[in-house]
Amino acid sequence: MGKAVLTGRHFWYGNIAIAEGAIAAGCRFFAGYPITPASEIAEHISRRFPEVGGIFVQFEDELASMAAILGASWAGVKSMTATSGPGFSLMMENIGLGVMMEVPVVVVDVQRGAPSTGLPTLTAQGDVMQAKWGSHGQYEIIALSPESPQEAFDLTIRCFNLAEKYRVPTILLASESVCHSAGKVVVPPEEEIEIVYRKKPSVPPDEYLPYKPDEDLIPPMACAGEGYSIKTTGLTHDERGYPDTTPEAQEKLVKRLNDKIRMHREEIVEVEEDFMDDAEIAVVSYGQVSRPAKRAVKMAREEGIKAGSIRLITVWPFAEHIIRKWAKQVDFFVVPELNYGQIYLEVKREACGNAETILVPRMGGRLITPEEIYHEIKKVVGR
Amino acid sequence: MRRRARREVMFAGFGGQGIITAGFIVGRAAAVYDNKEATLTQAYGPEARGSTCYSGVVIDDEEIDYPYLLNPEVIVVMSKDAYEKFLPRLREGGILIVDSSIVKPDDRANKFNVYEVPATEEAEKMGARIVANVIMLGFLGKVWDAVSVEALRESVKSTVPRKYLDLNLRAFERGVELGEKALQKRVEV
Repeated sequence: MGKAVLTGRHFWYGNIAIAEGAIAAGCRFFAGYPITPASEIAEHISRRFPEVGGIFVQFEDELASMAAILGASWAGVKSMTATSGPGFSLMMENIGLGVMMEVPVVVVDVQRGAPSTGLPTLTAQGDVMQAKWGSHGQYEIIALSPESPQEAFDLTIRCFNLAEKYRVPTILLASESVCHSAGKVVVPPEEEIEIVYRKKPSVPPDEYLPYKPDEDLIPPMACAGEGYSIKTTGLTHDERGYPDTTPEAQEKLVKRLNDKIRMHREEIVEVEEDFMDDAEIAVVSYGQVSRPAKRAVKMAREEGIKAGSIRLITVWPFAEHIIRKWAKQVDFFVVPELNYGQIYLEVKREACGNAETILVPRMGGRLITPEEIYHEIKKVVGR
Repeated sequence: MRRRARREVMFAGFGGQGIITAGFIVGRAAAVYDNKEATLTQAYGPEARGSTCYSGVVIDDEEIDYPYLLNPEVIVVMSKDAYEKFLPRLREGGILIVDSSIVKPDDRANKFNVYEVPATEEAEKMGARIVANVIMLGFLGKVWDAVSVEALRESVKSTVPRKYLDLNLRAFERGVELGEKALQKRVEV
């Protein structure tokens, strides 16, 4: 067997970092269908999995790929798929199934220019709302967005940990410019990487109810072959996992599926704040836009402008408590995104009128530069 | 505002010359062996497969805020089309390294610091024109101080296929030699 954790210093494309992050996190099943700009993830995993005892399957399409990782996870194997916009759209129905059946899986979406076939080889951040709302019904989901190949590695591991802990499909919301660029990635020693596994039932098989939650609203998960009877369905179900299509069962189940994420929001949400202590203008960014955004804030500080940076490492659930807190201090939120206003809407909503929210939109295709964001900060000064 | 620690190099030529590999080797040399920060970006469309293509490496002492080339200070040009297309992007007073077996610089190159390296001819003398890019890497290591020759050599070793290692290392050392000669010539002038 080969090494699962390649401790050391590397020069990796973002896509390779994601694949290695998955392997380090313990992923041993990958199902996918090739698509630019995500194909290298599958390609790399298909080469590496035989060394670590994983199973790689190229399926006929993204619907099957998404369904397959749900099944593999029920068999007890940490599972992942990777795609881009068009494939992500096809996965939506089964992502909802994963939410309903509470299956820990990781879905990588390497965002490219869209709608439709759009710009296959160029970057964007247009799938942010889709990641949250793309499947039908009311649900909460987790999505993290990396700013660099290093973070692509780190956050892929965290995606697995969160998926396992909260029993929910977790999305790595990456982008072409992170995944098709290479950078330094430092992989720590194996023993320093935190790995989380789904909690197992503490009761004997005859007492086990697959959808009976603990106090944290998360039910322990028995997997196939562990001696427990497993019933699961996409229909509204009771604690036994039997279909119960009544308003009462719906109220109880759907509320819990949402509340299990909402009540842990502060644990799940990770942000990076720079120069916020006395900031009057906060630049709110995520993903690859954060690097130029942070530089723009430094440039503003050098000019004596009281700017700060809030970087959303966790995009979903939204960092509403963070935005509400800073809205009382800052006068402006400046939100640069490679779309026509998505996270901007969330920021504006949470600012509650306490601060003005300004969108700096780019439709995608290329990354916004530090100078362009700095220019927008300058425009806000003195307003 | 210019970030002084930020260094940028572009490789440009046509698909199949190892333009992307050259960039990768430089980025890996800087990030892994010189332990700096580095990013590599590249042409990803159909241009990466036969027609004009490029790769860009940014090297910095701190976190790289923008992974793409903003203002390259060095361009290594290995085709006529690449010369036409990318010369306007070279920073004023920048270093232009041309494969003189393929491209003859014209008057437009006068405002740059030009090195003519017959990389493809030299590679053919070694029996494999495919290593012209590695000759260029050895040369670059001598005339540009953002990445060390030692780091580049280690990066060549860890990147090229094992069975072509000797060939590539000979090509690299030939490039270093040509770089040394070019620098000596400058001093004499």
